[in-house]
Amino acid sequence: MELVTIILAGILIASATYLILSKSVLRIIIGVSVLSHGVHLMILTMGELKRGNVPVLDDAVSTYTDPLPQALILTAIVISFALTAFSLVLLLRNYKELGTDNTEDMKGVPHDD
Amino acid sequence: MTTNILPMLPIILPFLAGVIMLFIGKRPMPHRMVSAVTGLLMVGAAAFSVYYVYVNGTMVTFISNWSAPFGISVVYDMVAALLVLTTSIVMFFIVIYSFQSIGYEREKYYYYPMVMFMITGINGAFTTGDIFNMFVFFEVFLLASYVLITLGSRKIQLQEGFKYLVVNVVSSNFFLIGLAYLYSVTGSLNMADIHIKLSNYDGNLAIMTIIAVVFIFVFATKAGLFPLYFWMPGSYAAPPMPIIALFGALLTKVGVYAIARTFSLFFTNDAGYTHQVLLLLALLTIVAGCIGALAYTDMKKIIIYNIMIAIGVIIVGFSMMDYAGTIGAMYYLIHDMIIKTALFLLIGFIIYRTGKNDAADLGGLIKQHPVVGWTFFVAAMSLAGVPPFPGFFGKLFIVESAFDNGHSIAAIIVLLSSLIVLYSIMKIFIKVFWGEPAQPIELKNIKSDKLLFAAVGMVIVSTVFGLSADFLFPVFEMAAESFYDPSSYSNYLMGVE
Repeated sequence: MELVTIILAGILIASATYLILSKSVLRIIIGVSVLSHGVHLMILTMGELKRGNVPVLDDAVSTYTDPLPQALILTAIVISFALTAFSLVLLLRNYKELGTDNTEDMKGVPHDD
Repeated sequence: MTTNILPMLPIILPFLAGVIMLFIGKRPMPHRMVSAVTGLLMVGAAAFSVYYVYVNGTMVTFISNWSAPFGISVVYDMVAALLVLTTSIVMFFIVIYSFQSIGYEREKYYYYPMVMFMITGINGAFTTGDIFNMFVFFEVFLLASYVLITLGSRKIQLQEGFKYLVVNVVSSNFFLIGLAYLYSVTGSLNMADIHIKLSNYDGNLAIMTIIAVVFIFVFATKAGLFPLYFWMPGSYAAPPMPIIALFGALLTKVGVYAIARTFSLFFTNDAGYTHQVLLLLALLTIVAGCIGALAYTDMKKIIIYNIMIAIGVIIVGFSMMDYAGTIGAMYYLIHDMIIKTALFLLIGFIIYRTGKNDAADLGGLIKQHPVVGWTFFVAAMSLAGVPPFPGFFGKLFIVESAFDNGHSIAAIIVLLSSLIVLYSIMKIFIKVFWGEPAQPIELKNIKSDKLLFAAVGMVIVSTVFGLSADFLFPVFEMAAESFYDPSSYSNYLMGVE
């Protein structure tokens, strides 16, 4: 089971790399959020997927699932959500001000002031 | 009680101030007052904390009273205390400087709250004792810095801001990957606990070297080390001066701090390899920074490349990880935060007064501004490390330690870099303040009393810091101990278990 999720994380990170290397700003932003999903999946796998009961304290249960990776992922998801929202706003602003969503055109010093 | 509240103040105070300002709304005058008062309070609290830590040793707060390896702990050792004090001083002067330079529109659109949230994140990253919590605080100050770098929406800011965002988001994701590996090896996130677990660990430690390389990649991107500095000169030159000063003085230094902390606590098993990589990268950073500093006459660019040189020098000190090296690196780190702020603020004054970025277009400014001229001269001497000024003592220890460890080439590169720093900064001084301008310069009529107060204030802080080096030595000795003797950092866990 771990092997499958690790391979899945690898595929996600590979496709994210492909997207980030493209020239369109929107694709880069999608790539960044796919990258974060791949990373979250990997954190989940690092705590071992199935190894016991729910992590609620009980005398009868001796093996628990590790609850920590899930807490970490929750935090990381919130952060990447905020980042995606901000970068989409930035994309809109960039498109309005610079008139392009192609990173090829986003170089040199624009002469506005 | 004191040890519970005091370590939290540098995180709570700016956060609270930021939230209060959000509720005040788009009114710059109350924002100014709140942020200046917060700055003063933070300087006071941080100075008292340095004294308290010096007398009583490391302060530890366990958030919600969860005992140490399980909950999040805030560890306020001497390193954190000194860095927080410097951050507070830098922030206070930059806030004062912003009153007359950032512009009414930016002030209206929540410039000061963003500065406060950034300081929250920076102080949090300095003080936290939990590696995942450090990641969260990294994201807090990075998110605020994305807003600051694009605030005002000039074209150059949007263009460079987007690159800055993508580079940092990718490297943050790698930080998470490194954390995931680290967690799967050690099963802990508390930095002190990871240190103890790794020093008793007898399994396969090759994976630790891989984690070390992932962490180098992450923090080198944030700090602007050699192959990964490509975003820095462009992005840092885009926003207005107070924001550049904040970024240049504080953001890169958090990366340096994170490198020093993780490489002293976690990656000590194969120090021969990992610390060599670090040393090599640091030296290449110095060389790249020197080339940049020589190549430009744009004043902002010269100082930005000087940041790279300084970071290289500090990392050389930390990569030695011995007594002299870490004292020197710690001292130089604090010195560089202060002096880079001072230089950025002085150059900002020149740029605001003349409207020109390029030193080659200027000349003869010493007639109109003798005070700024001589202050700049003092700052330049301090940056290059001429003896009574603070740059000297840090470099002395770093070079001594490099020779002791048989890295003569590293020591010589550090020494030669001082010459190039001196040349590049004197180039600005001579071109701006001496001679006659090629074309007559029209000086802009700006209100500048607060600009001068902040800039001269920072240079005075730097000079006092240099003159009291002898007095401060035991403090820095104590700070360096957490690096070269990491068990002094992790022994707060002993009292808990």
